Amino acid sequence: MAEIEFDDITKRYDDGYEAVKHMNLDISDGELMILVGPSGCGKSTALRMVAGLEDISDGQLKIGNEVVNDKAPKDRDIAMVFQNYALYPHMSVRDNMGFALKLAKVPQEEINRKVLEAAKILDLEQHLDRKPANLSGGQRQRVAMGRAIVRDPSAFLMDEPLSNLDAKLRVQMRTEIARIQQSLKTTTIYVTHDQTEAMTLGDRIAVMRAGELQQVGLPAELYTQPKNLFVAGFIGSPSMNFLPGEVEGDSVRLPIGAVHIPDELRRRLEAGPGGGRRGVIAGLRPEDFEDASLVSELSHGTSFKTKISVLESMGSEYYAYFDVASERVSARELEELAQDAGAADLPHTEGSQLVARIDAASRIRQGEEVELWFNSQHLQLFDTESGRSLLVDGADAGRQAAAPSTPTS
Amino acid sequence: MSLRTRQTSGWSAALIVIVICSLFPVFWIVMLSLKTGATVTDGSLIPHQWTLSNYSDIFKAGIFTSALRNSIGIGLIATALAVILASAAAYAIARLEFPGRRVIPVLALGIAIFPQISFVGPLYNLWRQIGLYDTWPGLIIPYMTFALPLSIFILSAFFREIPWELEQAAEVDGATPFQAFMRVIAPLAMPGIVTTFIIVFIICWNDFVFATSLTSTTAAETVPAAISQFPGVSQFTLPIGDVCAAAVVVTVPMMILVLLFQRRIVAGLTAGAVKG
Repeated sequence: MAEIEFDDITKRYDDGYEAVKHMNLDISDGELMILVGPSGCGKSTALRMVAGLEDISDGQLKIGNEVVNDKAPKDRDIAMVFQNYALYPHMSVRDNMGFALKLAKVPQEEINRKVLEAAKILDLEQHLDRKPANLSGGQRQRVAMGRAIVRDPSAFLMDEPLSNLDAKLRVQMRTEIARIQQSLKTTTIYVTHDQTEAMTLGDRIAVMRAGELQQVGLPAELYTQPKNLFVAGFIGSPSMNFLPGEVEGDSVRLPIGAVHIPDELRRRLEAGPGGGRRGVIAGLRPEDFEDASLVSELSHGTSFKTKISVLESMGSEYYAYFDVASERVSARELEELAQDAGAADLPHTEGSQLVARIDAASRIRQGEEVELWFNSQHLQLFDTESGRSLLVDGADAGRQAAAPSTPTS
Repeated sequence: MSLRTRQTSGWSAALIVIVICSLFPVFWIVMLSLKTGATVTDGSLIPHQWTLSNYSDIFKAGIFTSALRNSIGIGLIATALAVILASAAAYAIARLEFPGRRVIPVLALGIAIFPQISFVGPLYNLWRQIGLYDTWPGLIIPYMTFALPLSIFILSAFFREIPWELEQAAEVDGATPFQAFMRVIAPLAMPGIVTTFIIVFIICWNDFVFATSLTSTTAAETVPAAISQFPGVSQFTLPIGDVCAAAVVVTVPMMILVLLFQRRIVAGLTAGAVKG
């Protein structure tokens, strides 16, 4: 058990490329911290620096209040679960799990006992004498977990441990990992590129982009108060819709119509870093849209007519896609996100396509003109230049702000 | 007949032709080796008089047994040295970042297929001057010129396929780099090392150019060279029966070895050809 502290950690490669830039992050004892971001954002590098598999170029890394920069991986008392599991193919499951203890010269009896204990937790008892090649993907994943658990280390490091599993198994193992981590109370750093995994699993989430921490906070905090366009676009599925807007008095003019800015947002907007700025990027969560005919209280929002171009039924709800005649919001951060999602390869449509999550009770049909309603309570506003939120204080901080953001007056 | 069965039977026919073409000479040699001296040239394929006397003859005459000893000894030493040195080199090529790491295996292959005949002449003169002519080292050293680069080429392909992360996993599990190598990497590399050993040994075993040029007596003459020196019964007869018997003795063990390890050998020859 130990806390892990990143103090101004930088990873610079020989060619000058900085994979991780001045990272500051405190992970408290027993916490499950998620490092999330698109590929190439430095999250794995950060994890590997904790493991001791990458040298730290600058800064200090502490595990349990002890600087470990120059310690070999074996002296750091950490266990790591690799993306491809990295099971030893020539050893049985039992030997795989007991390998670390064997190296530590733990008596054989105790090794057997601990391996059996871990196998029970992971439901691997009947597979102990099999070789990894004869196991299914999910079983291999559990062996990799078992190898970490057996050692009772001060921290678990997990590098996209579920990305090689199929979708259904991934959800199961996600729950499993959360359960094990909660019962063992071992400090864990979990790296993933999957925001759903991050949201469901983590005590706290650290979003990274291009080697820099964007925002660190509780899952709900990141969802409701993203500090910038990147976090806003990355967290949430389907992702947030972005539209260009102009602030005029107490409303913001969007391509779907003028949206009244709720008083609370107005106060934060005036107090926030934006001040009296007019041009903004508005962020609209898909679930803040609704079929207007289903909404009884239309007052704190805006209704508008649009044609549904594609309607996907999820059973519990609909995803309704509709086009809005406006310029595309162009921001480097959003392009990066689109590229990471592979959307950059899709044909560009004229205008912007928005997605709305509509209640399953709705009777809207694909291709029909319908009236939608947007709830402006959760409207997000971002600076067009910097991409920072105009509503969240301290949005300029790439550094960690442990304290919840409070508007300053 | 469907297209598929027609295709299959076509391939089968082609295969049978190829197998007959390649095995017929072996069969012929075996038959010749079983003929008596007087009937060797009678033109029949199947011997009229069967005999094993050719086999007993070659083992009675000292030249073949000493050649066999030389072949096995020189082949094993050259191969072992090459594989041990090449393991270290291949490990470095697979694991370390240094300029030219991609070029080295290709370069090694180029050296391995360099025509040996072109440096036999100079070597002959050099070996006579420094006293390596007709000695074991005198053959082991030139064998290394192709055994070592070939081993490096094959082994580096094998080492590349061992996931890097296994070593890291071992290090995180508390192993020193040496422990990680001995307990995790070495056992995984074993099949590759065995394969390389077999391939390289066979090539050493088959060498004729160096053996016949750089040796002259039973001190270092290997089997291929010795066979060519077999004396006839008189100076006007060819020792056809003896030569064939000797050829069978050295060929059959190799054929069995290749059959036993054919999967491995194919893997070794094609390693790295298709990205895993």
